[in-house]
Amino acid sequence: MNNSKELVHIEDVVKRFGRIVAVDHVNLSIREGEFFALLGPSGCGKTTLLRMLAGFEIPDSGSILLDGVDLVGIKPWKRPVNMMFQSYALFPHMSVYDNVAYGLRQDKVNKADIERRANEVLRMVGLADFSQRKPETLSGGQKQRVALARAIVKQPKVLLLDEPLAALDRKLRVEMRLELKRLQHELGIAFIFVTHDQEEALTMSDRAAIMNFGRVLQVGTPEELYEAPISLFVANFIGESNVFNGVLEVQGKDITLKQDELIVRVSPEARERAGMSEGDSAAVIVRPEHVQIRSADAEMFEYEKSNYYQGRIVEVVYLGSMRNYIIDLDDGTRVLAQTQAGEQSEDVAAGDQVVVGWEIKRGVLVSGSEQNAT
Amino acid sequence: MQGKPQVQGRWLRAHLGLVYAFLYGPILMLIVLSFNSSGMPTAWGGFSLEWYAELARNEALLSAGLNSLIVAAGSTLVATIIGTLLAIGLERAVKSATLDAFVFLPMIIPDIVLAIALLSFFTLVKLDLSLTTILLSHIVFNIAFVAAIIRTRLSYFDPSLEEASMDLGASAFKTFFTITLPLILPGIIAGALLAFTISLDEFVIAFFTSGPAEPTLPIQIYSMVRFGVTPDVNALATIVLGVSAVLILISQRLGGARGLF
Repeated sequence: MNNSKELVHIEDVVKRFGRIVAVDHVNLSIREGEFFALLGPSGCGKTTLLRMLAGFEIPDSGSILLDGVDLVGIKPWKRPVNMMFQSYALFPHMSVYDNVAYGLRQDKVNKADIERRANEVLRMVGLADFSQRKPETLSGGQKQRVALARAIVKQPKVLLLDEPLAALDRKLRVEMRLELKRLQHELGIAFIFVTHDQEEALTMSDRAAIMNFGRVLQVGTPEELYEAPISLFVANFIGESNVFNGVLEVQGKDITLKQDELIVRVSPEARERAGMSEGDSAAVIVRPEHVQIRSADAEMFEYEKSNYYQGRIVEVVYLGSMRNYIIDLDDGTRVLAQTQAGEQSEDVAAGDQVVVGWEIKRGVLVSGSEQNAT
Repeated sequence: MQGKPQVQGRWLRAHLGLVYAFLYGPILMLIVLSFNSSGMPTAWGGFSLEWYAELARNEALLSAGLNSLIVAAGSTLVATIIGTLLAIGLERAVKSATLDAFVFLPMIIPDIVLAIALLSFFTLVKLDLSLTTILLSHIVFNIAFVAAIIRTRLSYFDPSLEEASMDLGASAFKTFFTITLPLILPGIIAGALLAFTISLDEFVIAFFTSGPAEPTLPIQIYSMVRFGVTPDVNALATIVLGVSAVLILISQRLGGARGLF
């Protein structure tokens, strides 16, 4: 994926609505055939950015290049880009077939080709038998497929998807993730999709951009975003995390963060990556699956490699394939640990005194104050 | 124990019957009288269509009827076009509640006020009173009715439908005709039918803004009734009633007019 050509180039795009800056100096590069997610809480500007790609909003400044051509100033109906709407926006007065054929008819494609291509995409999304139905007679999942078929039938260079799965129930949503992924692979066109659901973004995208307050905070593969968040916001937005706040102390190779009485050691690599120095307000992020629990009499953690503390299990939450442990350390700090089913050999239960710890290299260092997070 | 709701039901039904009788009794009487061969409200002389035949020979009434049709059709056509565009403009572009309220004001303010205002206005601009001034006056309040009905229709309209159309390659202009218009058409028709009905039997404003030579139907009937109700007026009223009822029913069926009646 990394060596494929750049397809969409968004440079320094700004969009204001009145006094609100919806998109604030955004730069992004999306490659050919990439499944790219714009992820962020509602109001973060991700939908506005998508709508600027479609041509429904015009940036106040900056440029949006598609294959080297600036899209700004090109009307929505002249862009080689199609969009799948959150509400699906199926034309209620047309049959499924006419909905799908609508785009081709605008391009004056000949009738035989329209029929062949429309039927082909309907088959692709598994709705070949529904072509004469009206949208109102379809289920939510079927409508979603029609919307998808209608958006891909013109073979756009980029397919934009606005919260494509938000309106489906959970089970269907999980199925459709795989289906979208399969379809994208088959078509080979770039998908840019907007979502507020981090799980969706992590499971489907090749890369994702995390947005907040109109700005892009971090772009990376799901793994990079999860394992190496560059700010507290990203860490908190993606997955669960244990966050320790404090002031950084650097003494040669010994780097520590003090949160009141609690001392967390930090790896030199983490400090280097964060580019932080002595006295900086900082936070250490530790993912719950990296936190290990040992019953008090078991073999201890290695001091050289791990941070570990005494604590007591407050609650064990059974989640089927995994278990969450909520632990209060002796100084009162609450820690979340997560284990896969069958992974934790020792049986510990609520109320047990335990030792919890993690490998120092698992701790990710980020700036403690959100202002510097970008 | 079981009888109680039934008794209650019976009382409710009696009450309902009474209210409907009060509402429709006089109208029903009018319809019956239009078929009464004796021509008098006091005595039933047997079923007859002679008053309808009489009506057909009444030149003054027929020409007034034609005038009314011209005004109704003309004001409906113009008001429907302007009202539709107005409704779309209000829904999409204007975010002002005050401006919104002003559009619907002609629907609510008393006819007599509007009538005096229009008369003063026509005098001011030195426009001679004629069928044209009635037509212009009817366009004024009909725009409000049409716009109101289409607004309700538009409020159910998902604007992303238009965006989807443009996204698929149809220009804004084409999108209006392939997506927007077909979807709000029931509302437009409902609005037009309502406008036609209101214009057809509107009296106060027409009376104030009509010239001496070209009365509309309600004005002509009024001038005839001053010398006593003739049976052919009953026949005419029955016809007008029938036409209005059918148009209102259609407009209600189309869904746009719900909530206005």
